[in-house]
Amino acid sequence: MIKRIILLASLMGLCLLPGAVLAQKNSCLECHKGLDAELKAPAEAFAQDIHQQFGLTCKDCHGGNPALDDVDKAKDKTFKGAPKRAQIPEFCARCHSDTAYMRRFNPNLRVDQLSQYATSKHGQRLKAGDTKAAVCTDCHGVHGIQTAKYPKSMTFPWNIPQTCSRCHSDAAYMKAYGIPTDQMAKYKESVHAQALFDTKDMSAPTCNSCHGNHGAFPPEVKSVASVCRQCHPSTGDLFTKSPHKKAFDDLGQSECEACHGNHKIERPTTAMLGTADKSVCLQCHDKGSKGYTAAGELRSLLDGFEKRVEANAATLEIAEKKGVEVSDPAFKLKDVNTVLISAKNLVHGLSLTEIKKKLAEGDQTLADIEKAGAAALDEAKFRRKGLIIATVLLALFGVALFFKIRSMRKAD
Amino acid sequence: MKKIAQSIFDYVDDRFKVKGLIEFSKHKKVPEHEYSFWYYFGGISLFLAGIQIATGIMLLLYYTPSIEAAHESIQFIMSQVKFGWLIRSVHSWTANILIGILFVHMFSTFFLKAYRKPRELTWITGFFLLILFMAFGFSGYLLPWNELSYAATRVGTDIAGSLPLVGKWLKTVILGGPGISQATLSRFFWFHVALLPMAAFFLMAIHVLLVQTLGMSIPIKIKDKKHKEISFFPDFIYKDALGWTLILVLIGVICVFLPWEVGKKADPFAATPLGIKPEWYFTFMFTTLKIIPGHVLFFEGEQLAILAFMIGGLIWLLAPYLDRKSARDQRSPLFTWIGIAVLLYIIVFTVLTYAVPKL
Repeated sequence: MIKRIILLASLMGLCLLPGAVLAQKNSCLECHKGLDAELKAPAEAFAQDIHQQFGLTCKDCHGGNPALDDVDKAKDKTFKGAPKRAQIPEFCARCHSDTAYMRRFNPNLRVDQLSQYATSKHGQRLKAGDTKAAVCTDCHGVHGIQTAKYPKSMTFPWNIPQTCSRCHSDAAYMKAYGIPTDQMAKYKESVHAQALFDTKDMSAPTCNSCHGNHGAFPPEVKSVASVCRQCHPSTGDLFTKSPHKKAFDDLGQSECEACHGNHKIERPTTAMLGTADKSVCLQCHDKGSKGYTAAGELRSLLDGFEKRVEANAATLEIAEKKGVEVSDPAFKLKDVNTVLISAKNLVHGLSLTEIKKKLAEGDQTLADIEKAGAAALDEAKFRRKGLIIATVLLALFGVALFFKIRSMRKAD
Repeated sequence: MKKIAQSIFDYVDDRFKVKGLIEFSKHKKVPEHEYSFWYYFGGISLFLAGIQIATGIMLLLYYTPSIEAAHESIQFIMSQVKFGWLIRSVHSWTANILIGILFVHMFSTFFLKAYRKPRELTWITGFFLLILFMAFGFSGYLLPWNELSYAATRVGTDIAGSLPLVGKWLKTVILGGPGISQATLSRFFWFHVALLPMAAFFLMAIHVLLVQTLGMSIPIKIKDKKHKEISFFPDFIYKDALGWTLILVLIGVICVFLPWEVGKKADPFAATPLGIKPEWYFTFMFTTLKIIPGHVLFFEGEQLAILAFMIGGLIWLLAPYLDRKSARDQRSPLFTWIGIAVLLYIIVFTVLTYAVPKL
């Protein structure tokens, strides 16, 4: 009985085998892999494509019957071939805007890309007939599409500036639109780029953080402040409560951008304040005005504290180089630095009283660090003195031994 | 005063028969010739081992062998304990200097063929003492529980784990589990302050006893030549003490200008720092394992290299029995060339580790 069951199961397996083989067959890939470079590339790149990883094949986008070897028969009436550039957003949206379909693969993936794209500058230009405007494949690739989580993906945070700049830094390509092409160069000098590229901080803003992605659009003057507030909410709150808010609104100034710039946002320093050349306050406040005086006071207040912090850091560095363990005061200095950063942030609220109150929090710790730094330098001196004394004593002992050995040799 | 000293001496002598020992030292002779410079490295090694015991005992007073407090206790020793920085720096620097001196001592013994009959056991105990002191270094390196020591221990134990047959078991035994944890630190601490010192004391006692009873070996080359002899005590000891004084000054200078660093506390979840390598005396083996191809003929490269090191070590250990010529007091150039090859190999691969870190 058991033998019969095994025999029957084997026969059924044999019958199902050709079907299974046919179901896996993909004549598109088989054929394209043997073609010239241009036609071979899609087949090779598709091996790394996210769609392939989810089990989709050529026919899911291009139609046709990959189970057949004959090219003419494989390109049956369902065959769509490659879409024209202007049709690409709709072509991708057939699946990506279908909530029920996308849920099967990734329930968390948004399905509003096409509607967002329609509101974007790229989408508007494409609708107006400009086929040079970016479409899905310009930013995501074609057959080697990867998710934004994959470090080699064109949409991975540290690859986004490069992806956007392929068009936006190309002066010839952008000539017709009359917009600058130095965004990438400026961004590279920004504090945001430093965080993204140097410290590999994935949360650092890149192009799409401020401009959006599928609905990419240059932020308007009124919306710049809201864009920055996404990451700098406390700074935004302080600014809203400050007298600057009304003044900027009255002047029609974009809030943050007026002092910090846009693509080239440098690390803010106290040099941005006060009455010296680099001060941004001078853009609006003339000499002798109330704002001019307040700017000077702000600068001297923060500068005084910052210089003390720098002097202490230098002392601790010297002590450390001389071999004295100063990690405890160095750690405390980090706390003081946090106080300084908070005080600098309070500048956006323009309250001298609040800034003074904040700096006072770090005063005692700074005094303790000053004391520890001086003690560390004294310790370094003490060690060197001790070494000299010990070396002299040991040298005397060594010389005495040497003469003793010599006298013994003579005696022999 | 003299009378008091004499009566104390008599009291001690009545009980410990010190006079006999002094008489033995006075009558014991040490040959003096063009190669006798190399005799002093044994005494220096013993002196440095003494420093390690003394400073190690002092460090035990403040060191806490727990993953929560080990790093903090070292930081406390280095910053708060009076002269703690000196004790800990002397301990760490001397550990390295001692292993360097032990290598010099071993190679000078090898090249002068001092291992030959009847000093085979002196050589064998010396060989195991070097292994023990390297184990001291390996176990002690983890104790401060900092980023570098943690990563280096991981690299080192991974190597042990790739040993054929026993690798996985050995790695688990060394670590006290599948990875570096509190169990590893407790184990390394136990090795470092209990098991290894006991074994080292035992071996050092045999080694020194053999040196004292058999005396210093005279190189084959000058064996038949006439040479001077000096008394072990005080002449040889005075000269030895001069060497100790010099090395003490050297250690003092290094410790004041380059105190041993505390480093960042180990973070088991952090990525291994780039360019991580074990202590310098393991680097020749480490670099060999790095550059050997994945497969050599039918063997896995790494396993083959480890096997080669084990066979090489065994040959080195059995040199007194394999070198038949020197056992008959004949010159044996083959073993001299083997020694040169081994020495060059160690030097080249150690230098390579630091000169070409991306090898």
